[in-house]
Amino acid sequence: MEMLGFSPEHCRSIIRAVDEAVSNIMKHAYHGRGDEPIDVSCNRILQRTKSKTVQGVEILLSDRGPAVDPTKLQARSLDEIRPGGLGLHIIRGSMDTVEYKRSGRTNRLRLVKYDRPLKRRPNL
Amino acid sequence: MNISARRVDKATILDVTGNIDMSNSPEVRKSLLRELRDKSVSRVVLNLTRVAYIDSSGVASLVEGLKAARETGSRFVLFGLSESAREVLKISRLLKLFEVCDDEEKALTC
Repeated sequence: MEMLGFSPEHCRSIIRAVDEAVSNIMKHAYHGRGDEPIDVSCNRILQRTKSKTVQGVEILLSDRGPAVDPTKLQARSLDEIRPGGLGLHIIRGSMDTVEYKRSGRTNRLRLVKYDRPLKRRPNL
Repeated sequence: MNISARRVDKATILDVTGNIDMSNSPEVRKSLLRELRDKSVSRVVLNLTRVAYIDSSGVASLVEGLKAARETGSRFVLFGLSESAREVLKISRLLKLFEVCDDEEKALTC
């Protein structure tokens, strides 16, 4: 990421989001089993607007766990102070785009971070 | 990750070394609850100077400590937060709920 010109802050955001996403897959898709496959790929992408081109990184995570219940992709309210359920908030708060889709027997999570702030897109 | 306790006057300082993640956050939780609930220590200080990274399970352990401190009327103070640790607490909207100090001396006297 640093080689692509991302700031240390953005690198930390990307590491944090991927770490939380992998933890969620291990915990929820594979129920704690550590020997199941998680495919991770990373691509450099370009977002072109009328006036500028913004560089970003796209990370795709795939697992073969059961389909995710969409209602469980709604992060809990942060108004209540209690432990747990923070992973999704951390992923969303760290990335510009967070998208989930079921494709055949695979869960696919797409995370995107641009190297400068963009207008936020709707997540999930 | 390693966690050790030392006593300074009426406070306990927990020194943590290494990342706090899903593999070891229960140990942090256990240490915090032992000092706050079992020993009823009036001030528990968590030294995070040597912690580069905290994940959501680590944040959950800190929240457990915060809740226990509120229940027992103890003080629970953090110091030495890395930029990454500060960011994850901020994203979780928890940074303002914790007492955070710059160094050990302030954490013992604030």
